[in-house]
Amino acid sequence: MKNRSVKVDCLTRVEGEGGLEIKIKGDKVTDIQFNIFEPPRFFEAFLHGRLFTEAPDITARICGICPIAYQMSSAHAMEMACGVKVEGPLRDLRRLVYCGEWIESHALHVYMLHAPDFLGYDDAISMAKDHPDLVKQGLKLKKIGNELMILLGGREIHPINICVGGFFKVPTPKELQKMAEPLKWALKASLETVKFVSALEFPEFEQDYEFVSVNHDREYPINEGRVISNKGIDIVVTDFLEIFEEQQVKHSTSLHAVVKDRGAYHVGPLARYNLNFDKLTPLAQKAAVEAGLGRQCNNPFKSIIARAVELVFACEEALRIIDNYQMPEKPYLDVPPKAGIGHGATEAPRGLLYHKYEIDNDGVIKAARIIAPTSQNQKVIENDLAAFVPLNLDLPHDTLTWKCEQAVRNYDPCISCSCHFLKLNIEQE
Amino acid sequence: MAKAKKPKLAVWKFASCSGCQLSLLDCEDELLAIAETLEIAYFPKASSAVKKGPYDLSLVEGSITTPHDAHRIHEVRKVSKTLVTIGACATAGGIQALRNFKDVKDFISTVYVSPQFIQVLDKSTPIADHVFVDFELRGCPIDKHQLLEVVNAFLNKRKPIVPPYSVCMECKRRGIICVMVAYGTPCLGPVTQTGCGALCPSYHRGCYGCFGPQEKSNTSSLAKWWKTLNVSEDNLVRAFRGFNAWADSFRKESEVHEK
Ligand code: SF4
Ligand code: SF4
Repeated sequence: MKNRSVKVDCLTRVEGEGGLEIKIKGDKVTDIQFNIFEPPRFFEAFLHGRLFTEAPDITARICGICPIAYQMSSAHAMEMACGVKVEGPLRDLRRLVYCGEWIESHALHVYMLHAPDFLGYDDAISMAKDHPDLVKQGLKLKKIGNELMILLGGREIHPINICVGGFFKVPTPKELQKMAEPLKWALKASLETVKFVSALEFPEFEQDYEFVSVNHDREYPINEGRVISNKGIDIVVTDFLEIFEEQQVKHSTSLHAVVKDRGAYHVGPLARYNLNFDKLTPLAQKAAVEAGLGRQCNNPFKSIIARAVELVFACEEALRIIDNYQMPEKPYLDVPPKAGIGHGATEAPRGLLYHKYEIDNDGVIKAARIIAPTSQNQKVIENDLAAFVPLNLDLPHDTLTWKCEQAVRNYDPCISCSCHFLKLNIEQE
Repeated sequence: MAKAKKPKLAVWKFASCSGCQLSLLDCEDELLAIAETLEIAYFPKASSAVKKGPYDLSLVEGSITTPHDAHRIHEVRKVSKTLVTIGACATAGGIQALRNFKDVKDFISTVYVSPQFIQVLDKSTPIADHVFVDFELRGCPIDKHQLLEVVNAFLNKRKPIVPPYSVCMECKRRGIICVMVAYGTPCLGPVTQTGCGALCPSYHRGCYGCFGPQEKSNTSSLAKWWKTLNVSEDNLVRAFRGFNAWADSFRKESEVHEK
């Protein structure tokens, strides 16, 4: 029997540096390595000794694509440690800026990183030659997400206006209203996006996943709620490390997170969708149903549809917040430091992002723990490949390689995030 | 093709968050036009097409933190006619340079569960410590308008126009109220190079130095001023040890306040 291997030295159209190696013997996959060779940057290590108020800006630098997620998970964790809860318009504004990040990141992934896989292009720029309007629509959508982040955060990458307790400065209702028109356009464009992606061709491929996401009793999850799964997990965020753990893997500079004693789980748009369908707006639900996504979807290639449905949701949610906005008296709540432990779990565009901190009475960080979406999805990605490859061995080598890359990109992996950490030999210069 | 060849652009990543290269994709209005004038020959984050070098313009993001990368940057230099570093990681070592101040052994024993196969250097260093750099663009992240200016300047074979003055000066030019004078908020604006348009003060926040030290910045006089605002020595150390901690003047000032 023939031996084969699928090897991708440098995965493209993903954020960060990763590679892929699959060894095949006859019709069996003998080894799969989704390699991450991003140099580790040791965030948890140097957070130690920093002030609790610095965590949002420092952790934002783990990932330039989802800085809001880092700022939000850390701010919420610090507020929990200090016994402060942000409510009312400040809470809404946080949701709003997060919607901006979802719109920006989802539009980037759907149009520029993932759609070229389905349509057979190397990138969005070559795709633009044949489909100029499509790419322009994607870019405009992305830009509107960015504008929302700029308005509330000061800039789109590593916003400067987010702090523990709220914001440094909040917009006037009039300033927010300026976003209403663009968002109305974005909503229409998002509905078209759902139509467009639903017409793509999807490999027949379903897996029995454990989906995990934040869950809130009234709203589609973004910033706050319990952590649940379709296989019985239903916990408060403070119990996160009771249920989940990270395992060290040799071939990667990243850790794999698993459900203790059970194994891989799946986070991200598809998980959120499957676990929180009833919290979507009626319009987003309708768009999903019309797109044939179904109440439950186990095909990871269709995550692109879930992402598009979330674009619809994020635009509507942003419009709702803008319409109801009343300017708070103060842009932030005072958060005096208090010795304690705080946890934060929020929904980054690519899935649940967990932070835990221990701080002392002066607000100095004693310990930090961060579990990023891609370390949680990494095992699922490898499992998907292990199941997908044997079914597709008759494909020509190039096509198989292409499809494997596409299967990785289903998860919008953010590789810088997944290796935020540790464990290595340090060599003296 | 009979047409004159387009210059080739390459985008490289070392230890970083990808935010600076994302700035290029964030030029939503200009991106397609850029692709008209430059051939995007190597940009793995955005494209699967990988064209061979040499490249006319290389944008380099990230700092050097591993022996492998210390070698790779030389390869990148070899295939690049012009090499521009983008962002605080590439120009100053970035936030990950905070490890440069720790005793490596302590560091390992406090954090690392077990030794691993990955080889890591004990310091995170800027690209210019390793190879010749044609131009450095500052910021964590860089400003996308400045990035466009760099690309434009390159296409027109001139030097990029990037203002050399401080964030503080920028506030005065833009008529932004001084947060130190008005609210007693500590601000690194007087010693930080502009490029952001004095963003933080315009949001009533003190500058935290993400564009790095302005040339000839007087950090010690600023530190004295901060002390009158009751900023502790510890917090002075923290302030200078941010996203540009390994930049010379910030590093030295932080050491002054470290016991
Ligand atoms: S300089 Fe800042 S924004 Fe740029 S890559 Fe480094 S951490 Fe990211
Ligand atoms: S004011 Fe300072 S910290 Fe803020 S964006 Fe500008 S350089 Fe960066």
